[in-house]
Amino acid sequence: MDFTLNEEQLMFAETARSLFADSCTPDHWRKMMEAGQAIDPARWASIVETGLTLVLLPESAGGIGLSEVDFALIAQEAGYVALPEPLVESAGVAAPMLASLAPEHELLGDPMAAIAIAHPLNPFVANADSAAAIILHDGGEAFLATPDQVTLVAQSSIDPFRRLFRVEWNKANATSLGKGADWDLALDRASVFNAAMGLGLAQRAVDLAVDYAKDRQQFGKPIGSYQAVKHHLASAQVAIEFARPVVMAAAADIGHRDAQARARVSHAKLVALEAADKAARASIQVHGAMGYSWEVDVHLFLKRALALTQSWGTPAFHRARIADRLFNQPAGPDQTFARESDHA
Amino acid sequence: MDLTYTPEQQAFRAEVRAWLTAHVPAQPLEHFDATREGFEAHRQWEKTLKSGDWGMVTWPVEYGGRGLDLIQWLIFEEEYYRAGAPGRVNQNGIFLLGPTLIEFGTHEQKQRFLPSMASGEEIWAQAWSEPQAGSDLAGVRATCVQDGDDYVLNGHKIWSSRAVFADWAFGLFRTPGTERHKGLSLIFFPLDAPGVTVNAIKKINGHVGFAEIFLENVRVPAFNRLGDEGQGWHICMATAGFERGLMLRSPARYQVAAKKLAELWTAHKNSADPALEADVVRAHMNADAYALNIYQTASRLMAGAKIGPEASTNKIFWSELDIHLTQTALAILGPVAELTHDAPDAAPVDWIDDYIFALAGPIYAGSNEIQRNIIAERMLGLPR
Ligand SMILES: Cc1cc2nc3c(=O)[nH]c(=O)nc-3n(C[C@H](O)[C@H](O)[C@H](O)COP(=O)(O)OP(=O)(O)OC[C@H]3O[C@@H](n4cnc5c(N)ncnc54)[C@H](O)[C@@H]3O)c2cc1C
Repeated sequence: MDFTLNEEQLMFAETARSLFADSCTPDHWRKMMEAGQAIDPARWASIVETGLTLVLLPESAGGIGLSEVDFALIAQEAGYVALPEPLVESAGVAAPMLASLAPEHELLGDPMAAIAIAHPLNPFVANADSAAAIILHDGGEAFLATPDQVTLVAQSSIDPFRRLFRVEWNKANATSLGKGADWDLALDRASVFNAAMGLGLAQRAVDLAVDYAKDRQQFGKPIGSYQAVKHHLASAQVAIEFARPVVMAAAADIGHRDAQARARVSHAKLVALEAADKAARASIQVHGAMGYSWEVDVHLFLKRALALTQSWGTPAFHRARIADRLFNQPAGPDQTFARESDHA
Repeated sequence: MDLTYTPEQQAFRAEVRAWLTAHVPAQPLEHFDATREGFEAHRQWEKTLKSGDWGMVTWPVEYGGRGLDLIQWLIFEEEYYRAGAPGRVNQNGIFLLGPTLIEFGTHEQKQRFLPSMASGEEIWAQAWSEPQAGSDLAGVRATCVQDGDDYVLNGHKIWSSRAVFADWAFGLFRTPGTERHKGLSLIFFPLDAPGVTVNAIKKINGHVGFAEIFLENVRVPAFNRLGDEGQGWHICMATAGFERGLMLRSPARYQVAAKKLAELWTAHKNSADPALEADVVRAHMNADAYALNIYQTASRLMAGAKIGPEASTNKIFWSELDIHLTQTALAILGPVAELTHDAPDAAPVDWIDDYIFALAGPIYAGSNEIQRNIIAERMLGLPR
């Protein structure tokens, strides 16, 4: 039992952090928003160059073959900057799925290729227009198509960097990837990585508010010296501190594929995105009217949290998975790290 | 990161489980705050625990412990709560003062105080609060004046849990003429020393759970001072870290409660409000999150880190989860909820008493308002 991160894990997270800190600043997003762009090709190229898209991909498919814990740390950093590019869905969910179905697929050899995924739980597909290919679902079977082989009906999202589409497609124009697709694994990965992004979103919202509260003066003092302001942010920080170990444990658990792992993944997604929502709302409140303005950055973190909360399984869906674990598996103090197989 | 127990850890769990199965009293003991008999029955239980060497597993062997690490401590606590073993009457000593003594005490002090603490022979109370110094603990007025090899103590302490029946207390005392955090010392005194008067105060549940203590020219050897004179604040904050962050509230306590809540729900779900299931699930999530957080902290501490202001986030989290959990139970019980345990139709678990006790959580061990201030100022860096 060792619940700490190793050097290599911290190093990858640090690489992601410094790459994003330099290249994904509010200035960058704002320019992209003005241009109506959802992806910055230069940043995507440096993400690819740094190897971040290879972290979870198995070595057999040209990847580094690290674990969900490693990728979750990167997703957390992506959340911290509200990264516009589809790193998490493509490199964390879709590419590993493609690799498991077609390890030799040429797309896996093209590191710049982003892959979109249409999961049965999601009515809309993110970034389907800019993807090199889209993984599609039909009765458990997976298919692959390029954007020009399908019809994309754009659906604008509250998050300016989420380009959503309803995808209309025809099997005749898609390639079957066979019946072996593990849609549940895709869901678990997406849920954990979205949860990890939620941690990043939440921490950024708090940090932005802390900076503002140190600066902004009212009644002759910084507003951050007032307790009501402090307590909003302290409460958000508590939510973050108690979501973080759940996210890490969920990432470590995914491979077990049992009721306990599924419940923990769902727990992670629920509480991390709740923390993000709580932190974003506290941050808006602390910024006052500034916080309600387009000009201040907080709204982007709120919007990303809103988007991620309802996709890849609604809160009700995830709560039901936790209930399933609680009412159908042994619970109690000796069951924290229990597995279904322990009780077989 | 490896979230599985080693074979040694599993063997340890089995050993604890076997011992507890053989020794935990079949009938629950009377509460240690209710009567002298209840208190003494718990002292007896502590002796039994010590006979199996389970008094305080993380302490060094030479001071009455087993020299185990924090993960093993967590496993022990899990088995302890799972077995429904009696509450620890000496918790102020073993969980709060003990770790502090191990960190700051001299070898002689450890030898003198730790083994009798681990065996329940000497049960400790914490005498920090004063009528004028609750949240503002740095404002304590009780004094200590060195006189030869002794200290002379004077002052008025209050809200001291278990002091009515306990043997010893550790208190914060001020060298006269000093201000605020400076000049405070942590000093031990026997509760039956000449000049000590202990008056019981009834808690809202009717138990004599705490007391006020008057000290009038109480003489204790300077040996009873932990750390240097004037170092008391620093040492107390280390103790508070254990209290808020780790040892006082082990996760197993809430995991057992969450499990009982799930059972209560299963038994009542045909008659109770269906919306309550979400609260039952939430209680389980909270208890699990608390456990994971503590495992993470324990791993971090074992790797050499020190507990910091994040202990304040734990204090807020466990106190709030406890209220939510017990409140959910009352909602499920409906009209039975208000019955006390002696009522003929009372529920088998005394949820109302648990709820009433949970209400103290946001007050003791430093109120949650103060914890939020600490988080804001020391974790987030907001101005004072
Ligand atoms: C069940 C129980 C057991 C206890 N056991 C012990 C014990 O064993 N030993 C011991 O020494 N003490 C003990 N205490 C005392 C406890 O530590 C104090 O009650 C606590 O620190 C609060 O102090 P106070 O009661 O004087 O409240 P006050 O300090 O008067 O506070 C009253 C209210 O005002 C709020 N408040 C005060 N200052 C601020 C501020 N700066 N900002 C915002 N809000 C503020 C508080 O949060 C609280 O809500 C116990 C208390 C309880 C309830």
